[in-house]
Amino acid sequence: MFDTFNLAQLPAEDEAIRPAIRKLVEDATAATPADIRARSWLGFSREFSLRLGAEGFLGLTLPKRYGGQERGPFARFVVVEELLQFGAPVAGHWIADRQSAPLILHYGTDEQRDFYIPRVCKGEFLFCIGMSEPNAGSDLASVRTRAERTDKGWVVNGQKIWTTISMHADYMIALVRTSGTPDDRHKGLSQLIIPLKAPGVTVKPIIDLTGDAHFAEVFFENVELGADALVGQEGEGWKQVTAELAFERSGPERVYSSVVLLDAWVRHLKAVGRTDSATTALVGQYTARLATLRAMSIACTARLVAGESPVVEASLVKDLGTSFEQDLPIAIGDDLAAHPDEPVDAELYRTLKFVTHIAPSYSLRGGTREILRGIIARGLGLR
Amino acid sequence: MEQNELLEPFARMLEAVATPALVRKVEEGEGADVMWNAVVESGFLDALVAEDAGGFGLSLADVGPLFQALGRFAVPLPVGETMIARALLAAGGAALPEGAIALSTGVADGEAIVPLASVCRHVLADRGDRLELIAIAAGAATDTGVRGDLSARVSLAGPAIATLSRPEGGLRAVAAVLRSALISGAAERLLEMTTDFANERVQFGKPIGRQQALQQNLAVMAEDVIATRISSQLACAAGLGSKVATAATAKAIASAAAARIANTAHAVHGAIGISEEYDLQLLTRRLHEWRLSDGSEGYWTGILGAARLADGPALTVDWVREHVFA
Repeated sequence: MFDTFNLAQLPAEDEAIRPAIRKLVEDATAATPADIRARSWLGFSREFSLRLGAEGFLGLTLPKRYGGQERGPFARFVVVEELLQFGAPVAGHWIADRQSAPLILHYGTDEQRDFYIPRVCKGEFLFCIGMSEPNAGSDLASVRTRAERTDKGWVVNGQKIWTTISMHADYMIALVRTSGTPDDRHKGLSQLIIPLKAPGVTVKPIIDLTGDAHFAEVFFENVELGADALVGQEGEGWKQVTAELAFERSGPERVYSSVVLLDAWVRHLKAVGRTDSATTALVGQYTARLATLRAMSIACTARLVAGESPVVEASLVKDLGTSFEQDLPIAIGDDLAAHPDEPVDAELYRTLKFVTHIAPSYSLRGGTREILRGIIARGLGLR
Repeated sequence: MEQNELLEPFARMLEAVATPALVRKVEEGEGADVMWNAVVESGFLDALVAEDAGGFGLSLADVGPLFQALGRFAVPLPVGETMIARALLAAGGAALPEGAIALSTGVADGEAIVPLASVCRHVLADRGDRLELIAIAAGAATDTGVRGDLSARVSLAGPAIATLSRPEGGLRAVAAVLRSALISGAAERLLEMTTDFANERVQFGKPIGRQQALQQNLAVMAEDVIATRISSQLACAAGLGSKVATAATAKAIASAAAARIANTAHAVHGAIGISEEYDLQLLTRRLHEWRLSDGSEGYWTGILGAARLADGPALTVDWVREHVFA
């Protein structure tokens, strides 16, 4: 089963870009405390995204004629791994680089490619994903936001919610209904590019339980768009979204969300010199799991390189990866509180609390655990 | 060599000589010679022996799929162990003995329970600073008393027929890599059997595989199977002189997964799965045996964690790249 999902190696030419991205990331994060770096790909800095673009670290999978580096998914893996292990503030360009630009490349018109992709590669155009709605979460086919055809293009009414970085983004690629009713399910859905500065768009940030506002509600009230807002084919939105989600689920970001906490804990253990057998077994367990997930993530990247859309493989890696990311703060919390007389510095304490509180989101964003397991079950031939 | 050119004849041979009925016979003490001779005749025992010493000169990465096949067919003979022992003996310039060779990876020199020793003539034993090949005298292997178990309690006091230098991490690290591949092969077969069963077995008017509760459990089983496969492939890629951290990763993952995989396979099958005549038990008993052989998950996570805390890069991703990845 899953016969093509096997060990793969990062090619030497892609490994070769590691020192350059590493130097940039080390410089940029040297003064940032661990609890801020633990925001992982929710940390936002437009300046940092622009800098990555200027130095050629965005658009690694995109063609040169659109301003990309034409290096492929393995190169992107190396760059993303360095960004995540240091907890660099990548939220700004994250979605644009990972899925919006590839989506436009694949389904867009020449004009759309020429307009958007070069600016994504420079870190200038930031995108967010317009999928979830108040009544369409895991059941994405029940979206109600509507786009009606007009003489000039489209007029959009409705609402999106839980939209990560929408308060900073320039554009949303929204899944909307262009015909029929929610009862038509997968039929009649389309994807539109909506400029978030357009009249009729209101973005209201939502404060999360850590006190951050990384996501928001987005309201559309008679938002007028040109005919060129449509990406791909009218009515093909469901198929396009499925392909887009494979990009979203297959990267190493589904493995490394809490790695900054892991490193802060190991630093603590070394500082206090704890080497008893319970401690080494716990450190070993998380080291083995991380190493295996890294190998699985590279194996999944190899399927992208082979031109496949590894929907089931990506779901396997993401579900196992988010389990690791979520188990980690629970285990570290237990370990530290099982040694109540050990001094824990304030930065580690804040990092642990932040990751503990935000961790439930890891298995919600990009497809819930239950949805992913359903996809895997289908891959096994069970439904 | 093309992977399939190697695997196909090997799997075909096992399909003929390691049917569930023949595996049961060997476990009951009959027919081990017939099965063993078929393996000898196939020539594969020298797959890992260098070409200039008369072998195929293959790497552990090449041979990994063969180990998986041995797991898949629940082969009750130390084929992988003998392949590894013959490669180490040949590399050390020692003569290659006839018959199966068991691996004793503890450093005890008194008595030890050695996997599959009851069908072996020799043991390659780790002495802590060297490896020694010793003969098992007739009648010197004592049955463990566990039904169908071919492990035996063996005296390791015998004189050395050959002495070899000890690889990094000792014999236990390379044996752990073999176990991880065996677990991976058996686990994949269990996943297939369990999915097929779930699609065929009807309760409440539909196949039980249509129940979301079962689907979720089988999805987790598939995750364990793939994690075991890929970590084992990673360890095989590191070669016979396996890095300890890589072997530790593979065996820690495989051993922890083995118990969960066996549990889910049995839970889905229900009572039929624990009956002797149904083939599931041939595989689930092996998973438990291999999980404990040559260090469980608790042993290897301890080794890996101690190494992680001892030295190397500060960041875990860097550490893993340097110590676990080849």
